[in-house]
Amino acid sequence: MTTALTATAPSSRGPRLRTRTVNKHSVDRPRRSPLLTVLTAVVLVYSLVPLVWLLVNSTKTQGDLFSSFGLWFGDSFALWDNVVATLTYDDGVFVRWLGNTVLYVVLGAGGATFLAILGGYALAKFDFPGKRGVFAVVIGAVAVPGTALAVPTFLMFSQMGLTNTPWAVIIPSLISPFGLYLMWTFAAEAIPTELLEAARIDGAGEFRTFFRVSLPLLAPGIVTVLLFTMVATWNNYFLPLIMLRDSDWYPLTLGLNAWNAQAATAGGEAIFHLVITGSLLTILPLVAAFLVLQRYWQSGLAAGSVKE
Amino acid sequence: MFVGPFMLVFALVFLAPIVYSLYLSVFRTQMVGGTTFVGLDNYARAMQDPQFWEGLARVSLFLVVQVPIMLGIALLVALAIDSGRLYGKSFFRISIFMPYAVPAVVASLMWGFMYGTRFGLVGNLNDALGVSLPDPLSPDLVLASIGNIVTWEFVGYNMLIFYAALRVVPHSLYEAAEIDGATQWQVVRSIKIPAIRGALVIATIFSIIGSFQLFNEPSILQSLAPNAITTSYTPNLYAYSLSFSGQQYNYSATVAIIMGLITMVIAYVVQLRGMRKEA
Repeated sequence: MTTALTATAPSSRGPRLRTRTVNKHSVDRPRRSPLLTVLTAVVLVYSLVPLVWLLVNSTKTQGDLFSSFGLWFGDSFALWDNVVATLTYDDGVFVRWLGNTVLYVVLGAGGATFLAILGGYALAKFDFPGKRGVFAVVIGAVAVPGTALAVPTFLMFSQMGLTNTPWAVIIPSLISPFGLYLMWTFAAEAIPTELLEAARIDGAGEFRTFFRVSLPLLAPGIVTVLLFTMVATWNNYFLPLIMLRDSDWYPLTLGLNAWNAQAATAGGEAIFHLVITGSLLTILPLVAAFLVLQRYWQSGLAAGSVKE
Repeated sequence: MFVGPFMLVFALVFLAPIVYSLYLSVFRTQMVGGTTFVGLDNYARAMQDPQFWEGLARVSLFLVVQVPIMLGIALLVALAIDSGRLYGKSFFRISIFMPYAVPAVVASLMWGFMYGTRFGLVGNLNDALGVSLPDPLSPDLVLASIGNIVTWEFVGYNMLIFYAALRVVPHSLYEAAEIDGATQWQVVRSIKIPAIRGALVIATIFSIIGSFQLFNEPSILQSLAPNAITTSYTPNLYAYSLSFSGQQYNYSATVAIIMGLITMVIAYVVQLRGMRKEA
């Protein structure tokens, strides 16, 4: 605002009037455009239609699924029945999968975030030999296909006796190169080096400085990394697919796929309504997390934009 | 001290398996004769393996078509939201991003059902309009259908990367441009796009890696379209089938290493090109 004022005032005969019109639709507050809104709404509809489809179809009985129009409700409204059936089918195996998923997310994503914070902080704020090397190796590792790692990791873990246990899913989840990169750039921006020096001069140890000074400053970055590692672990499919044989340790993603595949096997009971309702229940926590934490990760974004 | 724990786990889950798979790739295990050192024989075999090449050609086609479409849409939406000309822009931002929170399994199942001619939307449209749309799960179209699923999942994610980059463009640049009488398109072309080049390069590299690693979507759709998706549909799926149904661990590791090398080379070239233009 102030720049607009100083820029326009000298050049115009009636500064007050002029600045008012400029400010009304200035660079910061341009005129709203219905056309652009409609065009973007096309993408919006594309993004939301499948979710609406999922919501609508989770209210249908299996019979209605086949007989009624996909984007509107059927004759029945069986959402509650479906939820109950999903939770109790096969002795409540869905609940067990949910518990497994939560376990993997808490330990995997929590651990990954913690390691990424430590590593990113160190890369941003300390000089040590091999720093460039660490970065090159970590970024290079992102390019390695999952399967290139998965097969040997599986063989290694099976020799260590870790396959078919939760550890086989949790340990590889602990590394998030993307999280490390994010924390590094964030820590470089958010923590003034002078502040660390001041803390050191005051006689605070490195760990004390880290926990008392740096950690609070990193909060928005931490929420962001935590959110993304949570999504990665919650949605993980490939890793548990190869590591777990015993369906008791399945996360939700594998369980849903098993339910879906059940219809294709000979003599298997088709339970599409449970697959659909189960899918809905699977995505709800993440959707909720993103909506509830919106302010935090958006303030993380906003913090970057204040830079001007 | 602080990096230590990260590097320790990193070595266990990244470096050790890579070394191990290099080791695996130069051996062969046979029913008779046990494990023998075969040098680069497995690599020679992959070079002549039509299944491997078909899979590679398929993901390359996927890469060339799907990635530009997805990133193009993401960039347009990011620019639209950043322009401040939308009604309800935070609603747009959060809603378009939402599919990212949906697991690939659920996304594939959901779209797979909708593609279905039985109780899917395609079937509904056929009934309602009295037409017969081509089956999206037929062998000819299933790649495009997978492309649609992947686009749906990641448009919002890439949009957010671009949007975050756009937010840190100094506003004084826009003000200067306005005083110079630049049009919106000129601002977009000359200020915004160059300013977020880094984000564009990163998103492109991640998308290339993602395309070459294509696995989840075809693997899940397999149960809905068994005839259209073979066990060697993508190189990743091929490597998986080789080791977990075929027990050919050595050859599987070889295929995976070759794909890793190809991915790294292409990602590196893109990065070099992207950075050179910036200079």
